[in-house]
Amino acid sequence: MILLITQLINGLQLGILLFLLAAGLTLVFGIMDLVNLAHGSFYMIGAFIGATMAAITGSFLVGLVLALPLAFLVGYIVEVTTLRTLYDRHHLDQVLATFGLILFFDTLLQLIWGPVGVAVVLPDYLNGFITLPGDIPIPTIRLLIIAIGLLVAAFLYYLVVRTKMGMLIRAGASNRTMAGALGVDIKRLFTLVFGMGAALAGLAGLMSTAITTEATIGMGNDIIIQAFVVIVIGGIGSIRGAFVASIVVGLVDTLGRSYLDQLLKLFITEQNAETAAPAIAAMLIYIMMAAILFFSPQGLFPPKTR
Amino acid sequence: MIKKLAIATAGATMFALPAWSQETVKIGFITTLTTPAAVIGIQQKNAVELAVEHIGGQMAGMDVEILFEDDAFNPQSGRTASEKLANDPDVRFITGYIWSHVMLASANVVLDSGKFMITANAGASQMSGEACNENFFSTSWENSQIPRAMGEVMNQRGVESIYIMAPNYAAGKNMVEGVEATFNGEILGRDMTRWGADAQLDFSAELAKARASGAEAVFVFYPGRAGGAFVKQYEQSGLAETTQLYTVFTVDGISLPRFQEAGLNAVLGSYNTNYWSPDMDNAANQRFVSDYLAKYGEYPAHYAAQAYDMVMLIKSAVEAVGGDLDDMDGMREALRAADYASTRGDYSYGSNNYPIQNFYLREVVEDSEGRWTNQIVSTVYEAMENPYIDQCPM
Repeated sequence: MILLITQLINGLQLGILLFLLAAGLTLVFGIMDLVNLAHGSFYMIGAFIGATMAAITGSFLVGLVLALPLAFLVGYIVEVTTLRTLYDRHHLDQVLATFGLILFFDTLLQLIWGPVGVAVVLPDYLNGFITLPGDIPIPTIRLLIIAIGLLVAAFLYYLVVRTKMGMLIRAGASNRTMAGALGVDIKRLFTLVFGMGAALAGLAGLMSTAITTEATIGMGNDIIIQAFVVIVIGGIGSIRGAFVASIVVGLVDTLGRSYLDQLLKLFITEQNAETAAPAIAAMLIYIMMAAILFFSPQGLFPPKTR
Repeated sequence: MIKKLAIATAGATMFALPAWSQETVKIGFITTLTTPAAVIGIQQKNAVELAVEHIGGQMAGMDVEILFEDDAFNPQSGRTASEKLANDPDVRFITGYIWSHVMLASANVVLDSGKFMITANAGASQMSGEACNENFFSTSWENSQIPRAMGEVMNQRGVESIYIMAPNYAAGKNMVEGVEATFNGEILGRDMTRWGADAQLDFSAELAKARASGAEAVFVFYPGRAGGAFVKQYEQSGLAETTQLYTVFTVDGISLPRFQEAGLNAVLGSYNTNYWSPDMDNAANQRFVSDYLAKYGEYPAHYAAQAYDMVMLIKSAVEAVGGDLDDMDGMREALRAADYASTRGDYSYGSNNYPIQNFYLREVVEDSEGRWTNQIVSTVYEAMENPYIDQCPM
């Protein structure tokens, strides 16, 4: 039982991290109809910039706070200089161009920081663990990630549902042309949304390095695929869908790694089960995506109009 | 202008020709120079360059040229790089190989070309057993030897139950087989995690299982960057307070500076096994370690020592035949003799061309300048025979 609760919390933490990445991705895809493969680059850039800031100031939390505006700035510049020209193009052009951006940023960061990466040093109070009621020890950093992620989710909910800017974002997502015709400065709105997405991705990237110890070249390229799975399951353009789908994907992935080998041992030999389990666990989220799309081709929370 | 330049270059090349008419000893070195695993490849490259410097860039009066190739931590790229080197008629030795799966994917390409293949790390058990070859040599070990030594250490220290974690690839499986072959206690669980360029670095689920199993100790094999991620999460999870950590190829000259930087004090005083250690007291090792430290500012790991030894081993073979690189039989005889000053001290080759050597228990300590490093505590196995030697038909 303790194991199950621990794994649920671990899955929740992974899901939250995915949500921070997927939130920006789904907004950009949903509102601007732009397939941005390079979203993972902001995850990496946030991690490198944040880790460097943390090293300079000697405080991980300062790095965390500074990573947000700096990743926003990078996103802002990329949108204004490059992506703006791609909105009216075919999806394939966007895929090619943003794939080029991935290569560009991977190489750029390698030139600046070298191939080895930047180490992230956590203060002692974040390196330990907290014992939850029921004698369940959870690493402090994972609880911090959950807390920050939930705060961001609440903020996004408030922003999109309760503010004027959120109203404009929703209007833009529903019908871009009409919103523009009604006098909304769609261009500026897009730039802001894009920068915000980049900032959240950067925040996620930096927080992930608190677990894996280092910001490394190409770190965003693995997780971006999972983020795409999340937004497809959640329904493209839906923040609520991205949140629910992130948590589901996080839980499925973690629980798969925890229990799949035991389950497989019922059917095949112990050794085969141990070799096959990690491979099948890695496939679980894709199998789930296929199943969900079969019943609901638009995802769990499809936007009402497109 | 460009034309002029081209003519000038051609002229310069022509004038340089006389120096080139003398043969060069070309050695291909395949390692990992991109992806986060490049931390290992860079150490190996550094060590090879230091070795070439130490021999004055010469073997039997001929210039030495090392062709470095990147395997991108991936068997396909490693095989392509091996093919490229195997097709170069001037390359006589193809060496390097950090990863067992990369080496296994490349072995037939290299050996079919009739060149010497020398692993400077990868220790896939097959190459010391059924797939052994007269032109294949190792300056390292067979994968399971080091975990076998660790299993023995845990027996000696009275450990009764362990939980095992390793990456899911050729060497990971060898490591698990090795520790299970010698450890007498109970094995309460085993996790094989995803490996490669998209290796799993978040071990939350596995660590929770290890805790729930109630094992007295955790045994892991996580080379390179994954080791840092594992140890950090091991400490963050609080498992460090209730279980002992035994590692192979996880806590070494590559990871220790990063552990120290990250303040992971749980590593100090932890144990690991290896065939070599930076504090080994022989002239070759002292020179290697002190010059490496002076030149690159950090301790070399065993990966570097093996790469350094590889250059010295080839030098002994090239000089034994007086620089006649076509004398394969002569060079093979000389390689087999291992007649050079190895950083591990003297050793000999078994009939499968794998070293017969000692294995030691090492402890992480702080050196006089406050840097973390490994130090030998005791000898676990003396002149250990290769466990798969009986399967080798040679």
